[in-house]
Amino acid sequence: MSTDAKALYQEVILDHNRKPRNYGELAHPSHHAEGVNPLCGDHIHVALDLKGDSVERIAFHGESCAICKASASMMTAAVKGKSTANAKTLIHEFVDMATGRSAAQDSPHIGRLAVFSGISALPMRVKCAILPWHTLQAAFNAEPCVSTEAEADPMHTPLGDA
Amino acid sequence: MNTPFTSSASAVSSILDVARVRADFPILQLTVAGKPLVYLDNAASSQMPQAVMDRLRRYQTSEHANIHRAVHYLSETATAAYEAARSKVQRFINAREAREVIFTSGTTEGINLVAHGWGRQHIKAGDEIILTVLEHHSNIVPWQMLALEKDATIRVVPINDAGELLLDEYEALFNERTRLVSVGHVSNALGSINPVKAMIALAHAHGVPVLVDGAQAAPHLALDVQALDCDFYAFSGHKLCGPTGIGVLYGRAALLEAMQPFKGGGDMIHTVTFEKTTYAPIPNKFEAGTPPIAAAVGLGAAVDYLCGIGMPAIAAHEHALLRYATEQLSALPGVRLFGTAQDKAAVLSFALAGIHPHDVGTLLNQEGVAVRTGHHCAQPLMQRLGVTATSRASFAFYNTLADVDALVAGIRTVQKVFA
Repeated sequence: MSTDAKALYQEVILDHNRKPRNYGELAHPSHHAEGVNPLCGDHIHVALDLKGDSVERIAFHGESCAICKASASMMTAAVKGKSTANAKTLIHEFVDMATGRSAAQDSPHIGRLAVFSGISALPMRVKCAILPWHTLQAAFNAEPCVSTEAEADPMHTPLGDA
Repeated sequence: MNTPFTSSASAVSSILDVARVRADFPILQLTVAGKPLVYLDNAASSQMPQAVMDRLRRYQTSEHANIHRAVHYLSETATAAYEAARSKVQRFINAREAREVIFTSGTTEGINLVAHGWGRQHIKAGDEIILTVLEHHSNIVPWQMLALEKDATIRVVPINDAGELLLDEYEALFNERTRLVSVGHVSNALGSINPVKAMIALAHAHGVPVLVDGAQAAPHLALDVQALDCDFYAFSGHKLCGPTGIGVLYGRAALLEAMQPFKGGGDMIHTVTFEKTTYAPIPNKFEAGTPPIAAAVGLGAAVDYLCGIGMPAIAAHEHALLRYATEQLSALPGVRLFGTAQDKAAVLSFALAGIHPHDVGTLLNQEGVAVRTGHHCAQPLMQRLGVTATSRASFAFYNTLADVDALVAGIRTVQKVFA
């Protein structure tokens, strides 16, 4: 696992941690949510605008570790322009891959996000990677806040459907 | 190599035969992520020497039954082993009497025992409890719960930027409503060794008793509760090379005798009828139910092991490690150290510029280096420092200068990944 974890960092962080995509606040978003991980203090906001059924604009900001930030950055790039149904499919595929429930090759829409497949071998860090995705799901569901340590802890409960 | 390295290195080798000590700890032979384990999370929990494991095995193999009850052979051997452990702890902390040593599940239970057994009797509406900003949550939350119940107030001693308590501010907090001081001996997050002896003297001058949270001090300093003149002293076995699930609350006999029990049950009674129960004398009054007998016996063996090495030698070796680690980390660019108290235990809290502590922890683990990252159960202190989390390397007597070098090399690797 040793080289994988370093490779994960190098691949993901070199780019997205230093130059996060879609980073910042969105004026008057149609959907938004806040995600927190009280154990490590990760804290991010995800805001988006739906035009018809597709994600026209999306942005995130907050304070987090590199894994969470890179995951959020790649997530926003991946779902921009997608229909809500496709975005939700991707949420499920990503969370299943990151938690080790399914392999990257069994995730048809995962694409470049497959770099996060190694995170399932770092159980203490899985929550960092999936926090942005749960926050996005919460935004779709019009839930204002999601926590990794509440009843809806994503490690232990399945994702709700919007 | 520079001069400090040479002086620190020779100082270390003359104090303690670390290679011999390390051979006593099987777990230190582990490899993690393909690298030799460098265990620098001793403030969270220390490792166990073979002698303690052997003692636990011997106890379970040939001495175990329930204590204080039956008249058969095994019950007698178990009771003797359990009470012998109490006497070892008594000598370890220099308590006047063995009955002043209460076995608990750990520091947290010890503090809760005082909050319930003493606090609920003596703290009333409007009263004040003095804590410090350095405290671990386990020396904050029990008092907040009590304060909420009794409508009492928590007062907090501040620190300077080095992480040292401001004694003038401490003195200014006392008034006629002050009922208790509860202070950590050594800060778990920064390593500051607090001047508890002077703080106790000052509290006593105001007629106020003092509880000392010794979780981080007991493994590193020679303890003498009589010299400190503290009223309560709490610590944990697993930070002291012993098993988890066992700890100690020392209390002055007179205070303990006047206190209410914390838990009711068997083994803590004198007689029971449905009309009235009279309690057993101390320490049994506070040890309801079957205690963790094996863990207590293991703690006794751990205390023997530490005394065999000698607490002054342990403190001196760790001090040399701290000095060397401080020099080395201070010399690294992009490293900020938290806590630079004059009097300090071997704990280094640090931040790497632009890198989140959890990323530091994960990448150091890939180098075999175990550090703790997070708020260290000291969120008020993190707030005071203006951070949400730090990385913390905490040393024990079995750590070496080479461990410090591995930490430094690991930090360079982390910085390279993020460069």
